[in-house]
Amino acid sequence: MSAPDTVLEVKDLKVHFPVLAGAVVRRQVGSVKAVDGVSFDVRRGETLGLVGESGCGKSTTGLAILKMIDITSGEVKFEGENISSYDRSRMRPIRRRMQMVYQDPFGSLNPRMKVSEIVGEPLEVHGMASDRAAYDARVASLLDMVGLLPDMADRYPHEFSGGQRQRIGIARALALDPALIICDEPVSALDVSIQAQVVNLFQELQERLGLTYIFIAHDLAVVRHISHRIAVMYLGRIVEIAPRGELYAKPLHPYTQALLAAIPIPDPEVEASRPQQIITGEVPSAMRPPPGCRFHTRCPKVMEVCRSVDPSMRDRGGGRAVACHLYDT
Amino acid sequence: MSLLSVRGLSTEFRTERGVVKAVDDVSFDLAAGETLAIVGESGSGKSVTAMSILRLIPDPPGKISAGEVVFDGRDLLKLSDEEIRAIRGDRIAMIFQEPMSSLNPSLTVGLQIAEPINLHRKTPWAAAMDMAVELLERVRMSDARSRVKAYPHQFSGGMRQRAMIAMALACQPQLIIADEPTTALDVTVQAQILALLKEVTRAANSALILITHDLGVVARYADRVCVMYGGRIVEAGPAREIYARPRHPYTIGLMASVPRLDQEAGSRLVPIEGSPPNLANLPPGCAFAPRCRRAVDICRSERPPLVKSAPDHLSACHFHAQLSAPVGSHVGT
Ligand SMILES: Nc1ncnc2c1ncn2[C@@H]1O[C@H](COP(=O)(O)OP(=O)(O)OP(=O)(O)O)[C@@H](O)[C@H]1O
Ligand SMILES: Nc1ncnc2c1ncn2[C@@H]1O[C@H](COP(=O)(O)OP(=O)(O)O)[C@@H](O)[C@H]1O
Ligand code: SF4
Ligand code: SF4
Ligand SMILES: [Mg+2]
Ligand SMILES: [Mg+2]
Repeated sequence: MSAPDTVLEVKDLKVHFPVLAGAVVRRQVGSVKAVDGVSFDVRRGETLGLVGESGCGKSTTGLAILKMIDITSGEVKFEGENISSYDRSRMRPIRRRMQMVYQDPFGSLNPRMKVSEIVGEPLEVHGMASDRAAYDARVASLLDMVGLLPDMADRYPHEFSGGQRQRIGIARALALDPALIICDEPVSALDVSIQAQVVNLFQELQERLGLTYIFIAHDLAVVRHISHRIAVMYLGRIVEIAPRGELYAKPLHPYTQALLAAIPIPDPEVEASRPQQIITGEVPSAMRPPPGCRFHTRCPKVMEVCRSVDPSMRDRGGGRAVACHLYDT
Repeated sequence: MSLLSVRGLSTEFRTERGVVKAVDDVSFDLAAGETLAIVGESGSGKSVTAMSILRLIPDPPGKISAGEVVFDGRDLLKLSDEEIRAIRGDRIAMIFQEPMSSLNPSLTVGLQIAEPINLHRKTPWAAAMDMAVELLERVRMSDARSRVKAYPHQFSGGMRQRAMIAMALACQPQLIIADEPTTALDVTVQAQILALLKEVTRAANSALILITHDLGVVARYADRVCVMYGGRIVEAGPAREIYARPRHPYTIGLMASVPRLDQEAGSRLVPIEGSPPNLANLPPGCAFAPRCRRAVDICRSERPPLVKSAPDHLSACHFHAQLSAPVGSHVGT
């Protein structure tokens, strides 16, 4: 049974994309196992960070939760309701409670709509504004919430900077009072000095509105800053999940250790005294993940068993779990 | 003696919004074996600075309007087109962010690495191809002998960037300019590529200009730093000095706004308010004034010159002398 404060439960989620070949008759020659058995839950008011290198399945996980792509197998429960098999129409009321903020603040806003229309559209679609006055008031309060000025309502997206466009996207996501917002690399495209503004905004909104976030990013420093718990993904799997403090103080999985070692710290003194342990190789194809432990082709601690036996996720207590044979007992 | 001495470099673009001063009065020096990082936000003029050094600015709409670029005793801006072509890829090599755009998709990787050796060194093709294999081995490409026959699309992003480094090393350049060479790569591959670049330049005693917006990358790899803002250098000096005692409010603000892995999480970041300047419409005084919490009247009317603020440390702030407080952890502006 799930705790009452669990907003989202994901169990053994799989999303496989068929790979087709053949010029005349398209037939399936394989599949990309974008998400291949992912389980986690998210509690109300918390931020779960999802990190990993490109192609490891972060965005696909987010889209599958929102049912914007088909789930191959597994279960997604939102506020206690199993939505795994819901179609578009049954998802409608759910989508009010679950929103997404995208990476690309340039591509994700309709260039021909005014800011007020972009932010207010979800209200109209879901019939949430009783009349014009209520609609205008709601749009004004949403703009205010994300730090945009009232007179910006009548302008078009191209008149805004990247950081401001991201604020517009956040205001739109907030329009229907969601419980959960999935943020897919929401600051990656922004300049360094603007990232902090948007990160702070996410945190303020969470405190004010009690929001729950899944925060997807490849920048571990940003994820650590904003998340309460962090799940590390590699080739379609979660390899380690832990409260933020523990994950950074004592990463258990060799891949987590490698990721942390790869991130330079903005301080030359610290860097000079830091051991430089850089792992070799690149992420293998998700079409043909290595047998056994998927990380074994790059793991500095690889053992014989790793090449053939797929390690399962083991609970390490204190909210930590790791999938690695080093912790078999 | 510096290998490269850039003096008063200015580059403009004529656009429908008016003349954009993308690089304005930029000066710096670089010695053999040194790594200089040019750091700044999008549009601050980093790439235009690099392209101006190699005279790769498209004209029109661009034009190098002033300055000199003295490399190994010669002003590159005064050379004929033929002379500068002889330097590019030979004495000075460039590595770009997106290797796919600088690799020819229809030629094998080996041929592309061998080409500058054949062109600049007049080495016969067969020998140049052997050197290509050696170069691929030096950038730790596994299976180098068979990989020379592969085409760029058969490589991963990291392998392409390795091939680009091999190509850059081909003629043993005295200077390599790398413009955001790893921004498109994953963090673990980014670390591999930057470590490799650093190692090969050190081994050859080449100078490296590393263009980046990542303060962590600067800290790990650079000896010296130039911080650019609005087309100008606002602070310059040895990396350790700049990080320990930044003397420009923009640099101080940047450092306070990035989360660090080695610090207590959960505290609020201190962002720089506002957004980067529009180069077609810069304010008359200090370009940072609209975002600077210390700005007073003089900042809005008089442009602060880049002056020596401490030994070997330049700052372009009217109040540089009052900004010498050491940065411990997060320090707001
Ligand atoms: N071909 C061009 N025509 C017009 N303007 C240009 C051209 N190339 C560059 N600029 C302008 O010059 C300024 C500096 O650009 P530059 O490419 O050097 O920035 P940068 O610091 O490298 O930024 P980034 O981090 O985004 O790569 C920008 O305002 C840019 O719009
Ligand atoms: N619509 C799709 N069709 C086929 N493959 C896809 C599709 N979307 C994503 N993939 C593949 O699934 C894997 C995971 O992708 P993604 O979730 O976007 O990764 P991330 O967000 O972690 O970078 C990648 O190998 C990607 O190429
Ligand atoms: S299971 Fe083996 S190969 Fe995989 S991470 Fe652990 S030690 Fe490395
Ligand atoms: S000159 Fe004035 S506005 Fe510019 S950085 Fe210094 S204090 Fe700030
Ligand atoms: Mg993604
Ligand atoms: Mg650039």
